[in-house]
Amino acid sequence: MKPRPLIEAVGLAKYFPVRQGLLARNSAVVRAVDGVDLTIARSEVLGLVGESGSGKSTLGRSLMMLDPPTDGQIVFDDTEITPFSDRLLQPYRKRMQMVFQDPFSSLNPRMTVGEILEMPLRFHAAALDKAGRREKAEQALETVGLPGQYLTRYPHEFSGGQRQRIGIARALILEPEFIMADEPVSALDVSVQAQVLNLFARVRQNMNLTMLFVTHDLAVVGHIADRVAVMYLGRIVEIAPTRTLFAQPRHPYTEALMSAIPMPDSGNRRQRIVLKGDIPSPISPPSGCAFRTRCPYAVLECAQARPPLRLVEPGHQSACIRDDLTLVSPLDAVSEASPTWARAI
Amino acid sequence: MTTAAAPLSVFATPAWYQNRTLRRFMRHRLAVMGTVMIALLIMACVFGPYLLPYDDLKIDIRHRFAAPFTGDHYLGTDALGRDTAARLLNAGRISLLVGFFAMVISTVIGASIGVIAGYYRGWLGAVLMRIVDAFLSFPSVFLVLVLAAFIKPNPIMITVIIAATSWMEIARIVETEIRSLRERDFILAARMIGASSRWIMFRELVPNAIGPIIVAATLTIAHAILLEAYISFLGYGIQPPLPSWGNMLNSAQQYLGKAPWLAIVPGLAITLAVASFNFIGDGLRDALDGRSDLK
Amino acid sequence: MSANITVSDLSVSFRSARGYVPVVHGISFSIRPGETLALVGESGSGKSVTSMAIMKLLAPAPMTRIEGRAVVTDNQGNPVDLVALDEKQLRHIRGNRIAMIFQEPLTSLNPVHTVGDQIAEAIRFHERLSKAEARRRALSLLEQVGIPEPAKRLDTYPHELSGGMRQRVMIAIALAMEPDILIADEPTTALDVTVQAQILGLLRDLQRKKGMAILFITHNFGVVAEIADRVMVMYAGRIVEEGSVLHVLSSPRMPYTRGLLASVPRLEHAGLGQAELGTIPGYVPDPAAPPAGCAFHPRCAHNKPGICDVEPPELVEVRAGHQLRCSRWQELCLEGGVR
Repeated sequence: MKPRPLIEAVGLAKYFPVRQGLLARNSAVVRAVDGVDLTIARSEVLGLVGESGSGKSTLGRSLMMLDPPTDGQIVFDDTEITPFSDRLLQPYRKRMQMVFQDPFSSLNPRMTVGEILEMPLRFHAAALDKAGRREKAEQALETVGLPGQYLTRYPHEFSGGQRQRIGIARALILEPEFIMADEPVSALDVSVQAQVLNLFARVRQNMNLTMLFVTHDLAVVGHIADRVAVMYLGRIVEIAPTRTLFAQPRHPYTEALMSAIPMPDSGNRRQRIVLKGDIPSPISPPSGCAFRTRCPYAVLECAQARPPLRLVEPGHQSACIRDDLTLVSPLDAVSEASPTWARAI
Repeated sequence: MTTAAAPLSVFATPAWYQNRTLRRFMRHRLAVMGTVMIALLIMACVFGPYLLPYDDLKIDIRHRFAAPFTGDHYLGTDALGRDTAARLLNAGRISLLVGFFAMVISTVIGASIGVIAGYYRGWLGAVLMRIVDAFLSFPSVFLVLVLAAFIKPNPIMITVIIAATSWMEIARIVETEIRSLRERDFILAARMIGASSRWIMFRELVPNAIGPIIVAATLTIAHAILLEAYISFLGYGIQPPLPSWGNMLNSAQQYLGKAPWLAIVPGLAITLAVASFNFIGDGLRDALDGRSDLK
Repeated sequence: MSANITVSDLSVSFRSARGYVPVVHGISFSIRPGETLALVGESGSGKSVTSMAIMKLLAPAPMTRIEGRAVVTDNQGNPVDLVALDEKQLRHIRGNRIAMIFQEPLTSLNPVHTVGDQIAEAIRFHERLSKAEARRRALSLLEQVGIPEPAKRLDTYPHELSGGMRQRVMIAIALAMEPDILIADEPTTALDVTVQAQILGLLRDLQRKKGMAILFITHNFGVVAEIADRVMVMYAGRIVEEGSVLHVLSSPRMPYTRGLLASVPRLEHAGLGQAELGTIPGYVPDPAAPPAGCAFHPRCAHNKPGICDVEPPELVEVRAGHQLRCSRWQELCLEGGVR
């Protein structure tokens, strides 16, 4: 039996008007998210990967109803929340929380850690008195590996990794079912990044969390996610269980993205697929397949129609029309890497 | 370079932060001088009149135009033989009070409008800021004069009129500040938690904008004192016999040749007060700007 | 072959309320023509300070104190010590014999001038050339750094270009005078991986053609594997391990290097629901209050009281070209603590 989804998006779209000139009307729209279907099962971690401008953060924020979508539906626990006002959303906010990228801008510098952590309880746990809130805040801090006496300190007294832990504690304090983490480790040093990733893995286990993990870093997503969705110019181009995606990518963009990740592989330089050019402007995306302008395998048909995301094997969807391709996986690259220390050209 | 390695050995408290601000402020020599000057001025205006041998309203025609530093009229007398020192200090009370309350009123109006406009943006923000622009494009001195011509001038009305024409600058500064602050993730985090707009505006945004508000408020006092002096000098402000620095200047102008001190004394007081507040404002700006450690 | 740059015993201290705080302690290295040396470390390790000190881009003398030597060759072919030069003499070296590219190309380009003007100006600063001649050179540089339609790009402004294109422009400016040394401070950190791969490829190509020495500063060991010949790992202002990329990445000896490498999530383990990533407990020490002995010992899994917290270890050569700073490296090798 298929596990019941906790959160589901159907035909989700988010357009932003672009203002040009001084008094000009909105002359164009950026299709940041352009028709995305997505389901996240209970207790699943879905990784959402894309480069800057892919629309991954906008998709995450739309799912949380922070930026209400232009079109499409969001269903949370069998209830469609898309038409809800802020007031109606209030009970759902408690159940879905967010962790931010920038640990320096996501904590109010004028509040103590205690005030920051107790704030969600003020709004959602009215039954708790002051002492009760304090106790819960202390527990939350200890859950993320910081001593409880840090409650009286201010955010600027902490390092980036510690601040990120405080941000996670804030997200966890209401015991949500769903967490959207938007690039939560990108601003951290590698050793600290590993600590925070381990923390995510641990709380996910202990609290049976469902997560959307948004990042540009495929290696990070490979470590934490059960399933991975790859986004390009506002659309999902491939989605598969993590191991499948890494072992048998079916979309050329996924292949290129994985190929571009530099790995500290004891000096063996893999043969890379280096994409030409940059991601096109989402104001005027290419016709047909949006990736065709940079795709090494593009053929004439790619320009004709926008390829839908279709099932290529159970649980694995791809939006590429070329079924004849055999794509390279970073997993074969490791075993086939040339044994001599030489520069790939 | 030590951002991620924030050394835990130097734990800071809010007191520590304030001390740092204070330390930065103390390094600003002119601002410290300004603070001392204003403190002296306030003390003189509060206690001075009780210590002087003459009342500011007492007319003594026989001793008119007494020169300063002669006899016990320390700063001489005016055309009606009133003691200039007593008038100066009583005028100071009125001028400083008008300046202070005008600042309070305009800061409250300006900050509220700025916060609302900056937080809501959209059409509400646009309408509010266009109102601010409209007020700003009207020369405030004329506006004050027009208003004063219709309203019976007493100190309270003058205060209100001055406040009504000086809140725009604060509104603009606060709006800009709030606009950039609201893009920070902690505001999103507060929304995520279900915080109300009122909470976000007054508990999250305003405390972070308090620095610029204080600076603008200080500069507004200087501006208000100057404005009061203007309109009183032109005869539309504080009405004699009640003294104010502006109307002292007004009545002094007919005797410029004969008794120049009548103009010099209030003129100096205005300059001193305005310059001091401006210096304090500059000092506060620098002192409060060390927010790099807060970001 | 003689080195393009030889840095010996470089130390940097910053003035603070409690006296000078040392942030870089006696660093020495040299880079040969056509060689890329990577300088790796986490924030606070002093890696960027090192490069800024070589370029003399730090605050002047009373605020910072720089000791040691950084010798390069000037236009006449004579060796000069950058540390000893004054600002006027430095101007002939900077952007000429030694150039630098940064992490954020948008802030290092002037927004009000066109790309072509900025490159031409950089050339005319060091060479007497007509405007037209400089513009021709700018065009050829844009071509060399792989900017499509270079003639059209000459007249665009920095904000009209993507991050990758801006970094190419920065590289064009840096290479305008064909420098002997290029210092690249996290030049691909702000870029997407696909663009990063392009820029790394470009730097390799250009280096092969021009033979300059590159000092590449990064926190990413993946990028090190991709671009560098040799690597230096920095911790708390000291080099803790140095060697060929092959040696350091495949058999790191210093516990800190090993910790860092273990904390990188590996593609080959993706989706295996595997064990935790390796981490290094604790935080980088405060430079004003460094721990006694080895600066890394409070965070080190192999810390042995009485040894590690007493005497700061020296940099020792463990095999040809592979140096490290650990008092217990021999024991750790025997214990099988290292691969």
